[in-house]
Order: sequence, then structure tokens, then C-alpha cells
Amino acid sequence: MKVLVPVKRVIDYNVKVRVKSDQSGVDLANVKMSMNPFDEISVEEAVRLKEKGAVEEIVVVSIGPQQAQETLRTALAMGADRGILIKTDDAVEPLAVAKILEKVIGEESPELVILGKQAIDDDSNQTGQMLAALLDWPQGTFASEVVLEDGKINVTREIDGGLQTLSLQTPAIVTTDLRLNEPRYASLPNIMKAKKKPIDEKAPGDYGVDTAARLSVVKVTEPPVREAGEKVEDVAELVTKLKAKGAI
Amino acid sequence: MAVLVIADHDNATLTDATHKTVTAAKAFGGDIDVLVAGKGAGDVAAAAAKIDGVRKVLHAEGDAYEKQLAEAMEALIVPLMDGYDALFSPATTMGKNVTPRIAAKLDVMQISDITGIEGTDTFERPIYAGNAIMTVKSSDPKKVVTVRGTAFDAAGETGSASVETIDAPAGPFKSAFVEEKIVQSDRPELTSAKTIVSGGRALGSKEEFDRLMIPLADKLGAGIGASRAAVDAGYAPNDYQVGQTGKIVAPELYIAIGISGAIQHLAGMKDSKIIVAINKDEEAPIFQVADYGLVADLFSAVPELTEAV
Ligand SMILES: Cc1cc2nc3c(=O)[nH]c(=O)nc-3n(C[C@H](O)[C@H](O)[C@H](O)COP(=O)(O)OP(=O)(O)OC[C@H]3O[C@@H](n4cnc5c(N)ncnc54)[C@H](O)[C@@H]3O)c2cc1C
Ligand SMILES: Cc1cc2nc3c(=O)[nH]c(=O)nc-3n(C[C@H](O)[C@H](O)[C@H](O)COP(=O)(O)OP(=O)(O)OC[C@H]3O[C@@H](n4cnc5c(N)ncnc54)[C@H](O)[C@@H]3O)c2cc1C
Repeated sequence: MKVLVPVKRVIDYNVKVRVKSDQSGVDLANVKMSMNPFDEISVEEAVRLKEKGAVEEIVVVSIGPQQAQETLRTALAMGADRGILIKTDDAVEPLAVAKILEKVIGEESPELVILGKQAIDDDSNQTGQMLAALLDWPQGTFASEVVLEDGKINVTREIDGGLQTLSLQTPAIVTTDLRLNEPRYASLPNIMKAKKKPIDEKAPGDYGVDTAARLSVVKVTEPPVREAGEKVEDVAELVTKLKAKGAI
Repeated sequence: MAVLVIADHDNATLTDATHKTVTAAKAFGGDIDVLVAGKGAGDVAAAAAKIDGVRKVLHAEGDAYEKQLAEAMEALIVPLMDGYDALFSPATTMGKNVTPRIAAKLDVMQISDITGIEGTDTFERPIYAGNAIMTVKSSDPKKVVTVRGTAFDAAGETGSASVETIDAPAGPFKSAFVEEKIVQSDRPELTSAKTIVSGGRALGSKEEFDRLMIPLADKLGAGIGASRAAVDAGYAPNDYQVGQTGKIVAPELYIAIGISGAIQHLAGMKDSKIIVAINKDEEAPIFQVADYGLVADLFSAVPELTEAV
């Protein structure tokens, strides 16, 4: 089967973001950007399925600025076969991302699409589910295990309270959770090889999707800061203090 | 104006997250109806009818609703939305799974995990693991919102709304439930626990995690949480994870034991009322948010604490 993996370029998870003083957003100038960690997990899962012989081709797609090409190259170096960059400098909301992906899927006809459960910048946790609805496909979100079996996809999901397994008809949408796998680092030879793999360049307009934002940002502010409290000497002092506060 | 709230439940009990979502819906304004979709969920519908401020409970029954499968929930809720201006759902794994499908079908951009409401089109939500708070204004005619439980108090239970049974699409749907492994526990559920003791990588093994954390939690009547590192290493089950990509909690007391305080972890607990950190490294970032910090080896400090409380 063919698998499509959408990957997003986001601020690196180690970076502590700073809110701009004019409250228009967070400062992204000169900060390290990386592939959304959940998307690395998605790419890894697709590559493992390919290594097992269950998948023939992995296509990665990113919607974002020119630099999102680097994110696609990372995915190609991990083992994806081909990339599609849908270039835009605008912030594209999950609904519009899902609409563009719907069109890409119309052209590519994958049987499985693996997305991250959330992007760590906007933390929306929407795109995969929206895409599933637009396509009328079943979804297995927050996956910690994916098993292909007799034309069905069994997905074990991390839910409140434990784990749940669903059986999905194909084609289907899967979104990845942290414990699905541990993504590999691309080896140097694979990074070199990835440079020769094809990346198609498109624009949202090519798909006829209106990316105008439905949400406008009124302001972006710092969360209230929590002051560090005091150090206690020992357990006895801790217990006394907590009792005084009525906490225990 | 009218708001539909999706109830979060397991067919036997209604979660507290639902009551909190009703509080958020009240801040939005208008009549509030609660949808209980389940199988054999009559008790849940009765419980929902008691939530203060609820006009009416819609009760839908069917096999596909036992586990609230997303495809079935979409088929049920999308037509109902003709009669509502907004859909509010708790940001539990149920809500996160279901609501974006409905938003997409309504051609609405969902607003995830709100922590504040400023009128009928403007909402506050944390972004970047809570390191920034974004206020957004929606231009969509209907609003689809998920609500972060820690930001709203639970509505009371002195109401007496009517319960109306509604038909639910029976499918077939393209997904099927296979099995569930739910951790059985008498402990308070993390998102509503008053006290949480949370363990990190430093516990070193599942045996040590259980040996040290369970007696302390038992003594305090506390829920047990964990860092991602502890869950990944198999010391604790996945639904113990507190953080950006786990559960968001805000108990009266949060005791972090052998947890360094990575931003992804802080994102899930920094709104706790009192934070205690026990860590042997006095430079650990967790101390920057802790009200009371104890620099100590947890293997001696935790048994001592268990003894003393
Ligand atoms: C007015 C406004 C201004 C904004 N400004 C900025 C800004 O300056 N910088 C910024 O980084 N964000 C900005 N955003 C947020 C950005 O638009 C969101 O990241 C976007 O809405 C998608 O949300 P998400 O990635 O959290 O979705 P999620 O639903 O959390 O993403 C889940 C998954 O969907 C897939 N996916 C999502 N987006 C893409 C994509 N573009 N390409 C390929 N796959 C994708 C990935 O597989 C990802 O793991 C802004 C949003 C708004 C509304
Ligand atoms: C996409 C993404 C999402 C993530 N989501 C989450 C999330 O939701 N929740 C989460 O928690 N993390 C999350 N993380 C992981 C996070 O970045 C950290 O790696 C993790 O929180 C570290 O866990 P820890 O504090 O237990 O381990 P460590 O960082 O290894 O800290 C262990 C601490 O124990 C102390 N210690 C060691 N021995 C002792 C002893 N004997 N006595 C006392 N103290 C001792 C050490 O000083 C240290 O501070 C995420 C990461 C990514 C990339």
C-alpha cells in the first residue's frame, strides 16, 4: 500500500519560546526549527511498515514556508520516498491544512495517512480528525500500536484510563502518540541519498483551497509566572509547612 | 442562543470534566443542553440532568456509542447542530477525538483546549506547551470548542433538567471496537484529584515506583502521576502521564518526586495550588516552580514522608 505522511516544521521542542512585546505572537526569529516530534514518529512508523514489506511507497507532505523543504528532506533521509512542498508564508489553520491534504489524497490515493496527534507549537490536536471527516474515512487517533491485518488496520489508542484497540477499514487515518515507536536518526549516507529524492513544489492555490484564517489573533501574552518558593531543610520541616497550609 | 455540551462518561458515571465544561458553556451564554451518547447510559443521563444550569439532556443509545466511536458521534451530532450556536466538549481523549470531525463537517475552525472566554466569539487558549496564552476571535457562524478542565470549576448538582431520548444513527460505521485495557483503580482520577504524587525517571524501576509511590499516595488519598520518562520506561501506565502531551492537572497539592521539570512536564502541572519538589539536584528546573523544595535523595525522603503524614 501507499502511505502519506504530513509533516510540519515547528519550533524545536527544546526551545523556550518568548512572547513578543507587542503581543502579536511569539518570537520565531533565529530560533531552531525542527520536524514536529509526533511527525517523526509518523515517518518512523511508515518506514517500519515499508521495511516489513507492508508498504511500497511513502509520500511526505508539508505545508509551510520554503524552509519546510528541510523538514521534508529529514523525512526523506529517514526513509520516505518522495516529498510534496505546498509553499505558503501564511499561518495555515488545521481546517485549511486538512482541506489541502484532502485534495492531495485525491491525487495520490494512499490507503493510509499517518499524522501526528498534535503539533507542539499550536497544540491543536485537530488536523487528522478533520481530514478523516472530510474524506469520510475512519480514524485511529493517539496510536501506540498499529497492526495491518487482512485489509484492516488495528490501532491501539492511548485514552484516559488506559488503552483501547479499534479495527479500521481502509483507507484510514492514524494519528501518532509518543509511545508508538522511537524515531531513528538518519545516517549520513541516507542524508546524502535524500538529497536526490524528488520534492514537488506546489501552492495552496493549485488545490483551490481558501486558506483565509477563521481565527484572528487578538493577542498573545505571557502566562502568569510562578515564583519559586522556599527550600526546606528536611522532611519534618516540609510536613510542618504543608500542615500549616492545610494541604495535608 | 443555545449550546450543546458533549458528556464524557463510561456509561456508568459522568466525569467531572463534563461539569466543568458546563461552567464554561455558562460563561459563553445561552441555553445549555447536554448530550449523553452511550449504551445503557441511563444513569449517566440522570446524573447529567442534575447539573446546575442545564436546560435539557439529550440521551442517545446504540452499540456504536458504547465507546463513543468518532465516526458514529459525528453522524449523531452534525445534524443536531442545526439547533445550536456552539458545541462545547471537555478536552478529554473523547472530546479531542470526536469534536474536530464535527468542526470539519460544519466547516468551522475548532478552538482547542480553551482556558478562558471573553464573549461569544473570543477565547483564550494556551499554545507552545503553555508558554504563551493566545486570545483568538472566531469569525465562524458556529463555535466548536474543547474546554480545559483545570481552568473552570465544576458546576453543582442541584438541577433537575428533563431527559429527552433521541434517535441515533445505527451505522454501519467504518471503525469497530476490539478491546480495551482500562487500569482499574480506586484512586482519585488525576484530573479531579485534590492531591497528586508524581514520580519520574529517578524511581528507576516499576518495582521501586510502586514500592515508594503507592504507600505515600494511599496515606494522602492521592492520585498517582508520572513524567513521560517514567511512563516510557514502563514504571507507570500511559494514562499516568502528566504534561503537554499527557494529562493537564491542577490539584491543591502536587508532589513531584525525582522529576527534573522539563517544560513539557511543567505544562501539565504548573497551575497546581501548591507544588512540592523532591529532587537530589538543587539546580533542577522543577525547583523554579515549587513552593516547597526538598533537596534530598528520594529513596530516603519518600519513606520518611510516608511515615510522617
Ligand atoms: C492567526 C494565526 C496566526 C498564527 N501564527 C503562527 C505563526 O506565526 N507561527 C506558527 O508556527 N504557527 C502559527 N499559527 C498556528 C498555525 O497556523 C497552526 O500551527 C496551525 O493552525 C496548525 O495547528 P497544529 O499544527 O497545532 O494542528 P494539529 O492538529 O495539532 O497538527 C496535527 C498534525 O497535522 C499535520 N499538520 C499540521 N499542520 C501541517 C502542515 N502545515 N503541513 C503538514 N502537516 C501538517 C501534522 O501531521 C501534525 O502532526 C497561527 C495560527 C493562527 C490562527
Ligand atoms: C513531543 C514531546 C512531548 C513530551 N511530553 C511530555 C509530557 O506530556 N510529560 C512529561 O513529563 N514529559 C514530556 N516530554 C518529555 C520531557 O521533555 C522530559 O524528557 C521528561 O519530562 C523527563 O522526565 P523526568 O523528569 O522523570 O526525567 P529526568 O529529566 O531524567 O529527571 C530525573 C530527575 O530525577 C532527579 N533524581 C535522580 N536520582 C534521584 C534521587 N535518588 N533522588 C531524588 N532525585 C533524583 C534528577 O536530579 C533529575 O532532576 C515530552 C517530550 C517531547 C519531545
